[in-house]
Amino acid sequence: MWLDPGNPQLNKNGELHHLLSLEGLPADILRQILDTAESFVGVTQREVKKVPLLRGKAVFNLFFEPSTRTRTTFEIAAKRLSADVINLAINVSSQTKGESVLDTVANLAAMQADMFIVRHAASGAPYLIARHVAPDIHVINAGDGRHAHPTQGLLDMYTIRHFKGDFTRLRVAIVGDILHSRVARSQIHALTTLGCPEIRVIGPKTLLPAQVNRLGVQVYPDMQSGLKDVDVVMMLRLQNERMNGALLPSAQEFYKYYGLTEDKLALAKPDAIVLHPGPMNRGVEIDSSVADGKQSVILPQVTFGIAIRMAVMSILAGN
Amino acid sequence: MKIHIKSGRLIDPRNGIDAQRDVFIAAGKVVATGAAPANFGANRVIDASGRVVCPGLVDLAVRLREPGFEYMATLESEMDAAIAGGVTSLACPPDTDPALDEPGLVEMLKFRAKNLNQAHVYPVGALTVGLKGTRLTEMAELRDAGCVAFSQAEAPFADNQVLLHALEYAATFDFPVWLRAQDPALARHGVAHEGEVATRLGLPAIPVTAETIALSTILIVAGVTGARIHIARLSSAEGVAMVREAKSRGLPVTCDIGIHHAHLSEMDIGYFDPNCHLTPPLRSQRDRDALRAGLADGTIDALCSDHTPVDEDVKQVPFSEAEPGATGVELLLPLALKWAEECGLGLTAALERITAKPAAILGIDAGHLGVGATADVCIFDPDKHWRVEAAALKSQGKNTPFSGIEVRGRVTHTLVGGTLVYEKK
Repeated sequence: MWLDPGNPQLNKNGELHHLLSLEGLPADILRQILDTAESFVGVTQREVKKVPLLRGKAVFNLFFEPSTRTRTTFEIAAKRLSADVINLAINVSSQTKGESVLDTVANLAAMQADMFIVRHAASGAPYLIARHVAPDIHVINAGDGRHAHPTQGLLDMYTIRHFKGDFTRLRVAIVGDILHSRVARSQIHALTTLGCPEIRVIGPKTLLPAQVNRLGVQVYPDMQSGLKDVDVVMMLRLQNERMNGALLPSAQEFYKYYGLTEDKLALAKPDAIVLHPGPMNRGVEIDSSVADGKQSVILPQVTFGIAIRMAVMSILAGN
Repeated sequence: MKIHIKSGRLIDPRNGIDAQRDVFIAAGKVVATGAAPANFGANRVIDASGRVVCPGLVDLAVRLREPGFEYMATLESEMDAAIAGGVTSLACPPDTDPALDEPGLVEMLKFRAKNLNQAHVYPVGALTVGLKGTRLTEMAELRDAGCVAFSQAEAPFADNQVLLHALEYAATFDFPVWLRAQDPALARHGVAHEGEVATRLGLPAIPVTAETIALSTILIVAGVTGARIHIARLSSAEGVAMVREAKSRGLPVTCDIGIHHAHLSEMDIGYFDPNCHLTPPLRSQRDRDALRAGLADGTIDALCSDHTPVDEDVKQVPFSEAEPGATGVELLLPLALKWAEECGLGLTAALERITAKPAAILGIDAGHLGVGATADVCIFDPDKHWRVEAAALKSQGKNTPFSGIEVRGRVTHTLVGGTLVYEKK
């Protein structure tokens, strides 16, 4: 590197200022988020589900790519922190009129925004925004291209910790379309940072990115060897447009060889848990009997997701 | 106008000169080096003590952005940049709008450039009409209008049959053909080298095979047709090995790399720096090392700036959406010197790759300072350290990944045809 630009997520004191990626964040910060989320899980189960931590703050949901689930969970999280939430689906407004990302952001910043939650189809878009906003504005990446989905990675870590306790003795498998998955990348970075000793990725070579082993994972071409004795199985969503073409011959063949069925899950440890970021393609990457089975923790993931997003927003607002 | 360049260290790689020697210029030509000719009354004496006097630099790829992209740069701004960088001859690729596929366009560009009276401009003509890769241009007419070579710039051929015919036709007239080795299907949607960084950042990738498969095809077709081929902007270690092998078989092939690829790798993308979104992509450190070694051992003939001024609006967007390219004509000299220094080579080696060798590829009488040569001269302070500041560049494009770094070697004077066209204040 010619010039080290420094980690754009951290402020001068090494505290979290933006949440853009889990890569490069110290384990202490990840644990702080998980611990903070734990205290908010209690809040979400109370009758009055609000705390005043973000009262008077304006949180803008800036979704340049459509999403219902992630946007909704951020909205709920912000409202439970008493923030004012403004939802903008940019793909149907300014972008079609040719306004640039930065112009959009500058206009919204002028409306006294305190926090931007950004979803964008291009990898790195939240970095561009973070580089150009005023220093008191926080940016949270809610998913950028294939790059990162840090709050999803964090809620997955929360779920694993909740059910398994310690990361340092776990064997974790991530299954499916790693190449196009921002979720997989965030999971891998979080797991390596939190000390998980064995991370496996399972998928056909067409869906594995080049030199993925350099991220600290082991590649398994098939479920039989890859799922053997794992503690955690993390399934990924297979996008419709990848199912028939030069990457995969058919959804049926994918299901047969990489879909998580009860038979294949039986290769894992008996108490293994199954995660999925949603929305699921039942009968493609996961069988309904597994998705709804006793080892599935897919619904708790959603609940924890709100607490994680509350934790991230409250920590950023406090730094 | 008679000029006496006094007390400088003359380095003329083509003539094997590296010595303390004065240069005497009259009527646009070098009339003597060393001792003054009889009765030489200089109108102007340039004190070059402590400086290097060398042939004006020859840059194989400078996008002037005219016609068609004047909002990104103009002939005036980019010619100013060129002479500030000591570049006195430059080739401009045909990827303008419209493409340089008609004699009228080429004549207009030559005419506009000549009127500015700065660097010599050598247009590279389009190989196919509109660079669409299907119909051949009137190459002989374009040559008569001033084109020195023909190229597809970054545009693909419709298929290999067009490539074959284009090379056969060019070979008929012995026109050089400059090609970029990149398979369009393998590079489709790609914005970064297929490797660790693209994997980490989730960027759509361009594999090395995009280069090697296309290069293999080009070398085979070149062998069959006998066309004179120049491979522009090689990017991979495997590509260097293939060119080395082709040259050892006696194939008439030359090649160049850009300054960015000689110094940077995929790692420099950092946190999505759009100034590192380049074509071809910055590859691995291993590839960069092979390019540097290939430039040292002569497999790669020349170093060019691949100057691509880009409007800020099209760089201040997410990495994959950013227009590829970087500005660089003003940095050609210091980055060539830096390459040579880091490879343990001297000034002559550095200057040869940006003067005599690219001049030979262009087939022009430039890049040397023998008696009788056109007086295109670059004078620079080889020890001057300076910091690259994007905003201070004369190019209208401020898009450089080198902004903020310290380099050595600063141009102080540039002469074109015996006229002092640039003097550092």
